[in-house]
Amino acid sequence: MAELADYAIQSRDLNLWYGDFQALFDVNLAIRRGIITAMIGPSGCGKSTFLRSVNRITERLGYVRTTGSIDVLGQDITAEVVELTQVRKHVGMVFQRPNPLPLSIRKNILFAYDLHHAERPSAAQRDEIVEKALRQVLLWDQVKDDLDGKATTLSLEAQQKLCIARLLPVKPTVLLMDEPCSALDPEATAAVEELIWDLRGEYTILIVTHNMAQARRASDECIFMLMGKVLEHSETAEMFVNPAKKETADYIEGRYG
Amino acid sequence: MSMFQATELNERNKRKEKLFRLLFGGMTILLIVPVVVIVATLIARGGPALSWDFFFTAPSNGMTEGGVFPALVGTLWIVAVALIASVPLGVAAALYLSEYAPDNWLTRLINLAIINLAGVPSIVHALFGVGAFVLFFRFGTSILAASLTLAIMTLPVVIVSTRESLQAVPRAFREACWSMGATRWQAIWNVVLPNSISGILTGVILEVSRTVGETAPIMFTGAAFFLPFLPESVFDQTMALSLHLFVISTQVPGVPEHLPYGVALTLMGIVVVLNSASIAFRAYLRGKKKW
Repeated sequence: MAELADYAIQSRDLNLWYGDFQALFDVNLAIRRGIITAMIGPSGCGKSTFLRSVNRITERLGYVRTTGSIDVLGQDITAEVVELTQVRKHVGMVFQRPNPLPLSIRKNILFAYDLHHAERPSAAQRDEIVEKALRQVLLWDQVKDDLDGKATTLSLEAQQKLCIARLLPVKPTVLLMDEPCSALDPEATAAVEELIWDLRGEYTILIVTHNMAQARRASDECIFMLMGKVLEHSETAEMFVNPAKKETADYIEGRYG
Repeated sequence: MSMFQATELNERNKRKEKLFRLLFGGMTILLIVPVVVIVATLIARGGPALSWDFFFTAPSNGMTEGGVFPALVGTLWIVAVALIASVPLGVAAALYLSEYAPDNWLTRLINLAIINLAGVPSIVHALFGVGAFVLFFRFGTSILAASLTLAIMTLPVVIVSTRESLQAVPRAFREACWSMGATRWQAIWNVVLPNSISGILTGVILEVSRTVGETAPIMFTGAAFFLPFLPESVFDQTMALSLHLFVISTQVPGVPEHLPYGVALTLMGIVVVLNSASIAFRAYLRGKKKW
């Protein structure tokens, strides 16, 4: 049994309803720090709902109700006193469709940083932040001469990398990724997967995917969900070679979903 | 007989097709006729009245001679002050309804009320303006009272057009902002407004310019029958083109025919200029769309 702080995300008896529809049932998950955990399962199984609960972006829909709790690094993010903007600073989110803001590349990188820092750093420091973030996502060489160009005119691959890069300057703990490659072609998918693999260790990454091959090659642990419940959580190699439950085996082999 | 030859049924459908195309096309042309007739008449009869003097001299000799200068200036005053009043109010309300308000029965009720407000007859707005601005707030009959009445009247359309511009900004941008910890206002200020402000402004100008021709709301609240001086502040009364047109067409005997036509043409000219300016502005900005 690992120590408490070894877990980046821990949910306890998490239930979630969209109006009258219950999307999550008593979800108890302990997601280890510094690794990539993939969430798989058929559409509507609750994997995206769980992911979105971890930075509480679900709440902007007025009709969502939850019980239970989620800890990030041992601290409850569902508590009354929690500041939402701090949760979102520490838990970054990458969406299915790349959604860079309609601003320059530079401003996209500095957006989150500026939101969370009262004082403006010097121009030189700002350049440094931009360069560092873009280097981390292997985008620097491609865009360094066009930092004031529009982010929304980049290729989808570059846009998605930029969406990852803009989270890094605020030093998040957890990166949530909701099918980050599903809008990309195979080559771009490979490039973004490689990047996600590189970020492993420094960040805890929770990634929702429909792509079994991606879950298999690009994650350390894997969670299989079905109908709002967690059926299986194990090392990826273990799950794909030797699934514990019949439903998992059937899903992985493509018999449904 | 070839398998690709038209059958009886095909022929019948084709005849129907032709009939309906003619019918709908004919209706469309009918619609254009009144517009063409009005514009042509105005230009033919009012055109000769227009001159430098017509625009820049006051009416004289019991309004049977002279130009429209005080009325022209008064109309511009009224519309400008109405714009200044209705834009901040309307944009603020639209921002609340589009960006902050939860989707519940109260919001839906407010939206319904706004749509209904657009249907209130202008004479009712006029009487409201008299009660509220002229009497209760003691602005007297003045440009301010007239403009505020017009502003209230145009608020619904300003709100609706602003809300449409705001909602044209993709939701994904807001979600991106929120997911990084931005507040609603930070998302609005950094992303939503910069990408919708052009649409908002052109929409608003377009809507408000339509009030140039309104007569009822201003005739009790600030527009004067005859006043050969220019207004000096928003607390003065003023002449206005729309009321002037009404007056010289119906209230004053012996006005030569070309005068009212000239006034009508001037009024229409202002609307056309404002509308084309805002349409051109919008087209220009649409060309530089950022996504």
